[in-house]
Amino acid sequence: MRALVIGCGRVGSSVAKGLAAEGWDVTVVDENEDALARLGAGWRDGFVVGHGMDTTVLESAGVAEADAAVVATDGDNTNIVIGQVLQKRYEITTVVVRVLDPARAQFYAERGMQTICPTQTAIAALLDTVRATAPQPSAAS
Amino acid sequence: MYVIVAGGGQVGSNVTRSLAEMGHEVTLVEQRPDQFARLEEEFGPVVLRGDATEIHVLERAGIARPPELVLAVTGDDEDNLVISQLAKEGYGVPKAIARVNNPRNQQHFDLLGITQTVCATTSILGLVEHEMPEHGLVRLLELQKEGLLVVEVQVEGGSPAAGKRAGGLGLPAGSRLVSVFRQGRTELVEPSTVMRPGDQVLAIVPQGSVPEFRRALLGAPR
Repeated sequence: MRALVIGCGRVGSSVAKGLAAEGWDVTVVDENEDALARLGAGWRDGFVVGHGMDTTVLESAGVAEADAAVVATDGDNTNIVIGQVLQKRYEITTVVVRVLDPARAQFYAERGMQTICPTQTAIAALLDTVRATAPQPSAAS
Repeated sequence: MYVIVAGGGQVGSNVTRSLAEMGHEVTLVEQRPDQFARLEEEFGPVVLRGDATEIHVLERAGIARPPELVLAVTGDDEDNLVISQLAKEGYGVPKAIARVNNPRNQQHFDLLGITQTVCATTSILGLVEHEMPEHGLVRLLELQKEGLLVVEVQVEGGSPAAGKRAGGLGLPAGSRLVSVFRQGRTELVEPSTVMRPGDQVLAIVPQGSVPEFRRALLGAPR
């Protein structure tokens, strides 16, 4: 099984390493050549330098054979557009897109995109932790 | 008419000024603080500070009314695409026009249904083609939805088409010669029409078939 990871920051590189460890054939795309270092010295899978909006870059990264893709660059709108291109143009069945803004994440989720919103996750976790550990205020106060 | 302009650079600010002068109601959204300050000095409360790809900013700009037109003219193609999608799909804005900064991104706008786009680079290249008759082929009109181009070609003495019947030119599938302009008159092209040097031919060609069409009529480009 082949996976494409667009964006090799803290999140993208860790996802790529995780998938590779599970036996996926992974190709990572990042604009910055130095990002390769995040994958560690033992990285034996693919790495393509270029922008994920560039179809020649996607094609040299093997987008045509990809079974899954994770889009996690540092730009929400870049991720949203690349995610749709991977879904609609290249017909990859599993496309997961990181979107930091909860409102846009929800908007595109309602339109069939698998979005992951770390901000929303953090909000929920913080609220849950406060609820679980602090005494609750009474309704009247 | 109510118009939201997203992006207050050269394009956005000049369009805002013109629309306001024409008597339209405009809100201009600009994110960069220094540029916002300059615009606010000129336009006053018409300018709103914020990121137009954020839904709450668009809502403050009145996207829910909705406006008759949204112009997504920031310097970032991804932002322009998302603004157009939010406007059209989220709020039923009838018309969104997006600026394409990098012509290589045009295909993404087409793919995602943002059909009304403006790209300065592509426009200038089109004008260059218009100004270079030796180029042999002029794109007169692009019918995006139909995937067709209306083109004009000039047959030269050395063109493969010169002296041949229109029916025997081996044109790519889906293309058709419509008319020739010769000696001051326009004639409709029949399969039996013989092409002559100096003929100006009007034709319809499918988008991807222009190189093949050009070869069949004019030979390899010089």
